[in-house]
Amino acid sequence: MAFIQNMGLLSVTPGMLGMWLIGLTLIYLAIKKQYEPLLLLPIGFGILLANLPNTDLMTEGQGLIWRFYHYGIEWEIFPPLIFLGLGALTDFGPLLSQPRLIFLGAGAQVGVYITFFAAYAMGFTLQEAATIGIIGGADGPTTIYLASKLAPQLLGVVAVAAYSYMALVPIIQPPIMRLLTTEKERKIRMHKGRKITHKEKLFFPVVATVVIILLVPPSAPLMAMFMLGNLFRESKVVERLSDTAQNALLNIVTIFLGVSVGATMDAATFFNRDVIFIFVLGLFAFMLSTASGILLAKLMNLFTSNKVNPLIGAAGVSAVPMAARVAQKMATAADKKNYIIMFAMGPNIAGVIGTLIAAGVFLTMLK
Amino acid sequence: MSEKVLAPLAGNIWQVHVKAGDTVEEDDDLLIIEALKMENIIYAPCSGKVIEVKVQKGDQVDEDAVLVLIEPNED
Repeated sequence: MAFIQNMGLLSVTPGMLGMWLIGLTLIYLAIKKQYEPLLLLPIGFGILLANLPNTDLMTEGQGLIWRFYHYGIEWEIFPPLIFLGLGALTDFGPLLSQPRLIFLGAGAQVGVYITFFAAYAMGFTLQEAATIGIIGGADGPTTIYLASKLAPQLLGVVAVAAYSYMALVPIIQPPIMRLLTTEKERKIRMHKGRKITHKEKLFFPVVATVVIILLVPPSAPLMAMFMLGNLFRESKVVERLSDTAQNALLNIVTIFLGVSVGATMDAATFFNRDVIFIFVLGLFAFMLSTASGILLAKLMNLFTSNKVNPLIGAAGVSAVPMAARVAQKMATAADKKNYIIMFAMGPNIAGVIGTLIAAGVFLTMLK
Repeated sequence: MSEKVLAPLAGNIWQVHVKAGDTVEEDDDLLIIEALKMENIIYAPCSGKVIEVKVQKGDQVDEDAVLVLIEPNED
């Protein structure tokens, strides 16, 4: 009898079935459509696990996945380790050769701040509003990091929203880009910046760490790891560390990050009115960031003779390198010999830093 | 005077569609450079005859590396 009572089968609720459907949909999209499979596959599976009754998986203090979640996310270990890997993968060359492109990465954070105010006006707390706004930065680990510190109850939802919109970059961005640019602007061929020396690439992560952390101290955990990873890469003397950070370690952390984020989404926290608002506001943030990046690029063109192709402004939302690829696709559609992808990487990477700083500013004000 | 086709961006040579001796028209595909997991087609800047292909599949090229030499048609 006890065996039958302990069986999960009798304890399945309609809410759980709904969550299974969501988990399985994410798994399907990851496998069939290859939408951010590295994240959405473990997240989808984590959602399924969290909604199987009578397991201890997410029970505080004893569950296996709870431990991943507690020590990985609550202790703020996973997102900085992801950033270590991203730093080792990032080439700051395109940004350094045209430093003015930094402004486009900063401009694309407008969506984050406007959505923050919009969410607050709609009745979310300041902490929740910041967590929702940061979706517009299209940066998964930063979103997870900020959510874990400001509004852990929203973590699963904002993470899924952020990764879904990142996967949908090629669908969400092009209509906005077409709407805000003329054919002539999309044809603008950009001029090369100056050549970057190895020394500059070496100095950058050190100087950037010091300057940014002095200005926005709460950004330190993510920024420090991001730049350390980059220093590994550019130093050229620790190939093994750089390789581990960008491959093995990044992959291992991704597994546990994905499963634990998914497992925060049980039926009780997911099925409420707010979730729909979060998805809508997240999309709004993302679209606004895309638009503001483009408009800022157009503004820049009013004051300079060395024109910027405004499409690269859209790459100011992080989503590296997908947003840069979208900019390239749109440029080639207008002029097949227009190669802007490397220029688009400038705002794209600046966007990552911009979102990190935005998260740091929120933490300074709201923690 | 032969025309140098330069790499507009750094990346890996993904495919090479021409060989020395081929005749190409302006805007024909010459090769594909893969950068950031995206295929970028490099087109012939003019019509003419391919004198030399300086790269092969799998090569890593820097920006402005010479990819192909083309002898433009007289006209």
